Amino acid sequence: MNYMKMEIPARSENESFVRVVVAAFAARLDPTLEELNEVKTAVSEAVTNCIIHAYDNIEEGIIMITVSLDGNKLSLEIEDYGKGIMDIEQAREPLYTEKPELERAGMGFSIMENFMDELFVESVPGKGTRVTMIRTLGKKHTWDSH
Amino acid sequence: MQVKLIRRKNGLVVRLNGELDHHTATVFREVIDKELSKNLVHNLVVNFENLTFMDSSGIGAILGRYRQVKAKGGKMVFCGLSEHIKKIMQLGGLLTIIPVCSDENKALASLL
Ligand SMILES: Nc1ncnc2c1ncn2[C@@H]1O[C@H](COP(=O)(O)OP(=O)(O)OP(=O)(O)O)[C@@H](O)[C@H]1O
Ligand SMILES: [Mg+2]
Repeated sequence: MNYMKMEIPARSENESFVRVVVAAFAARLDPTLEELNEVKTAVSEAVTNCIIHAYDNIEEGIIMITVSLDGNKLSLEIEDYGKGIMDIEQAREPLYTEKPELERAGMGFSIMENFMDELFVESVPGKGTRVTMIRTLGKKHTWDSH
Repeated sequence: MQVKLIRRKNGLVVRLNGELDHHTATVFREVIDKELSKNLVHNLVVNFENLTFMDSSGIGAILGRYRQVKAKGGKMVFCGLSEHIKKIMQLGGLLTIIPVCSDENKALASLL
């Protein structure tokens, strides 16, 4: 199993950087452009949530990102040590947002769920949150003739 | 991300270039709100042709502008949507409230 780990402070300018790094790592599975876009969007949602919610825009917070490859299965783990989620079920509901005043749509978890095969959310209030997402990539290769 | 504004007779054209995420949504908001507050135009055409990425932060930022435009009796129209951006907008429910045209001219014409 191949993997990579990165640690970044919770600064919004790092969002695009994480997307690029994750996409570059996933590229070895020869994903379609659509798959790559979906993975980038899912990781962007998880990292943005750490910045806005876990750390309430306090830039010193730390975000850990682990990406691993097992065959053509890509796993993403995004972990923060922020405020945690009290009610995970409610948080995962489409359109639920804690911060409508910041023009949040409440669509982050729905997008992660839609774009990845599996989504797990673990959280301890006051300690932090870990979001794990799995997606099998490059499925087309099993039947593409060339 | 770059936000280019072009004032046309029928409304304000907003051309987006780059990536619309939580970080760049601030620019998107500020630039458009500043122009809307002048009360010279009420209609908005948003051209996504050169937008290479968008996530839920984009949905929220667009909905925020949509509410303002609506409140002033204006209309909002999209054009230049890639398949990926279309999918994100569909998930966010934007395409049920905002019409989509294939290009900027058609979008402007639809505002007549
Ligand atoms: N890492 C996290 N730490 C603490 N709370 C979180 C975290 N991630 C999500 N949440 C909570 O879950 C809610 C739903 O998250 P989701 O990403 O679906 O929507 P949102 O971030 O509020 O809006 P959007 O993603 O559309 O901008 C958030 O409003 C927040 O209360
Ligand atoms: Mg979110």
